[in-house]
Amino acid sequence: MSVLDAFAKVCADVRPGGDTDRVDGLVPRVVAAPASLDEASAVMRTAAEHGLAVVPSGAGTKLDHGRPVERCEVLVTSRNLDRIIKHSPGDLTLHVEAGLTFEALHAAEADGWGQHLALAPPMDGTIGGAIATDFAGPGRLLHGSARDLLIGITVVRADGTVTRSGGKVVKNVAGYDLGKLYTGSLGTLGLIVDATFRMHPAARVVRVAATVKDPGRAVQAVLHSQVVPRALEIDRPAGSDETTVVVEAETETPDETSARLRDLLGGAPVTTPDWWNRLPEGEVLAEIRSLPARLPEVMDAAKGLPLRGSAGAGRLYTAPDDLEALREALKPTGARVVLMRAGRSVREAVDVWGPMPALPLMRRVKDQFDPDHRLSPGRFAEGV
Amino acid sequence: MADTLRALAERCIRVLGPESVITDPVRLRTYDCDGLTSHRASPGLVVLPETAEQIAAIVRACIEAGVPYVARGSGTGLSGGALPRTDGVLIVTARMRRILDIDVANQRAVVEPGVINLDVTRAARPHGYYFAPDPSSQQVCSVGGNVAENSGGAHCLKYGFTAHHILASEIVTPDGEVVELSRDDPGFDLLGVFVGSEGTLGITTKVTVRLTRLPQTVQTLLAAFDTIEQGGEAVSAIIAAGVVPAAIEMMDALSIKAAEAAVACGYPEGAGAVLVVELDGPEATVAHQFAEVGRLCREAGAFEIRVAADDTERALIWKGRKSAFAAMGRISPAYIVQDGVIPRTALGEVLGRIDALSRESGVRVANVFHAGDGNLHPLVLFDDAVPGAQERAEKVSGAILDLCIEQGGSITGEHGVGVDKARYMLRMFSDDDLDTMQMVRCGFDPAGLCNPGKVFPTPRLCGEVPGVRKGPHPLVAEGKADLF
Repeated sequence: MSVLDAFAKVCADVRPGGDTDRVDGLVPRVVAAPASLDEASAVMRTAAEHGLAVVPSGAGTKLDHGRPVERCEVLVTSRNLDRIIKHSPGDLTLHVEAGLTFEALHAAEADGWGQHLALAPPMDGTIGGAIATDFAGPGRLLHGSARDLLIGITVVRADGTVTRSGGKVVKNVAGYDLGKLYTGSLGTLGLIVDATFRMHPAARVVRVAATVKDPGRAVQAVLHSQVVPRALEIDRPAGSDETTVVVEAETETPDETSARLRDLLGGAPVTTPDWWNRLPEGEVLAEIRSLPARLPEVMDAAKGLPLRGSAGAGRLYTAPDDLEALREALKPTGARVVLMRAGRSVREAVDVWGPMPALPLMRRVKDQFDPDHRLSPGRFAEGV
Repeated sequence: MADTLRALAERCIRVLGPESVITDPVRLRTYDCDGLTSHRASPGLVVLPETAEQIAAIVRACIEAGVPYVARGSGTGLSGGALPRTDGVLIVTARMRRILDIDVANQRAVVEPGVINLDVTRAARPHGYYFAPDPSSQQVCSVGGNVAENSGGAHCLKYGFTAHHILASEIVTPDGEVVELSRDDPGFDLLGVFVGSEGTLGITTKVTVRLTRLPQTVQTLLAAFDTIEQGGEAVSAIIAAGVVPAAIEMMDALSIKAAEAAVACGYPEGAGAVLVVELDGPEATVAHQFAEVGRLCREAGAFEIRVAADDTERALIWKGRKSAFAAMGRISPAYIVQDGVIPRTALGEVLGRIDALSRESGVRVANVFHAGDGNLHPLVLFDDAVPGAQERAEKVSGAILDLCIEQGGSITGEHGVGVDKARYMLRMFSDDDLDTMQMVRCGFDPAGLCNPGKVFPTPRLCGEVPGVRKGPHPLVAEGKADLF
């Protein structure tokens, strides 16, 4: 029996990989799209039996994040795992399959749910992808990222074992919180099949934007105010000295809150810019992680580069030509620079992650979950 | 004392000095339990280190001697997570009590693990900030303990648990290394897994906590209802209206009676249930939502609503709720504090069934709970002088957990698994689920010496990892060994 037949026996939607399926230039032998937990488990088990390297994928929008994968024999897509399993409005919870796209989720939410998942990453893509890459939108300032909203998760391990952690209630400390472990794991620990999240009521929101001279001061003023910002974003276009600050807050009294925010920002009000929750343009995308109060120094060190993102949370996106030079320039600020997205040659050549003191622990956890290193091999750090 | 422990004690004295190592059996007994007093074991040895390096040295000594060790903060945990081992070392962080930094500009503080939870807030308050996690024990519990247990509290409906408020933690790993885990680390969120691992993945030695802006205003009301069902309806209506209060707490008639007897909190007479609702945040928003909450309580049948006019009145409203556990002593010689979670919408059904359980068994159950997130704290009352009473109470207590599991809830919302609930883990998780959790443990603690016997019903043998080793053996690479 051929490898393809072996997969076709356990999963209805299986085909040979082709040119358009390339991951980092590698053509997978098999593309499998399981439509159930059973199929997902069987696909992973089959891959294990044949010793094949598996790359889990959602909508495929972030497959160029991290280092290039070294092997990709089976591309497992969550395309057919796209259902909303259960929305429990009274419990403020949502159970969905990993392949559900944000587009589909937002459409459902808009249909009178009166609640939303406070996770709106700047790229399209799937729930599973947002977990695996730990991507979050501007709301991360108040609500955090996937790790803060996840309350339960189902993952298929490298050998096909189905495993759950957490549950469907908001408050739960039974056992290890593995949802957090899988957050940011880039497909190296298992295949995420479904997830349960805490929801938030859809509140009235005001957004105030202003072009300011001293973004450091504006950001501090808003952070320490009584407005309780949900998001605090800045944008400085490439080569520009002009910075726009946008604050978003939930409020029952929009007019009063807007007035207060305009006072705090102390700049010229502008309408919400079109860059809101979008990544800066550029071949290379990097994230700067710094202390919020170091913003002025960070902006100085990254002079000339575009900067955009959550200044309140200390997470800014930029598009550097030279990653190492940026790291060097930012060194005195204590900021980290992580490469988010770039062409294969760049990702092969540079240190994508920067210093990782916990890497030895991560390697040991990886060895437990995927002893043969068949899951997205090479994608994360050396040895993971 | 066994020879191994005696040798280890001498080694610890060399690291810490004699005044920081306790071997006297009488003094050791001080540490024989945490807040779960039904489980006791006198530790083989107690050490009181003051630095991360000292803890690392102790851990390395334990590994070399093959001796298990347990970390303990203030010892207020309610699931026996800090229960010592008679054959092991208890590492107490009580002398690591420095607040190292209050960094207002970056809304964070750096503290040592033995720092008392409320002391973080005390230090931050002059700057307009506080540390949000507020377990009931916050006047005595340690931040290190909060990290280990992922502690909750009355206000986690809105503000989340300890895990949401820890930005980084320096830890001593179970192989004796000092490593910092941070939210800013790329890759797997090891910090997130570490928080709430009940001391089984290492010992926290320094914690960076998030400081939260003190709210502009706080509004608290007490609503009294004839029945607990009406109180439950009010909670549902509040959530459905899109309001997320800082806290919604409910007490039933029996717990009101106990609180009244203990602290004379003056709750409305004849109430079948009281609801404490607290809103905080910007003044205008709170005022708007507070009016709505009052209206919804009245619509659900509240016969009296009291609004706290100032901090003193607010303290009075909270007094009854906060003293509820201890107040049980007024109406019962002994009791078991249970901690289970249900989907909030199942509240009515579950309370009805707890009531039926109580009537069938003749065991009284008082209910106090965080109604907003479905976290129940049934207090199962018994007289320890009556033979068999404790067993009957434990049976009822266990049956309540079964109810929680049946509803898709959890066996613990905030007290942890520890030794107390390890045996219930298989009712909530499959073997494969627990095995997967233990894979993390094996990654961190292959020797299995770091707080063994907690959380999991059966240990997993970590052993050699099957599969192909990547690259040469480290000893070969270092030139210390040859393959032949």
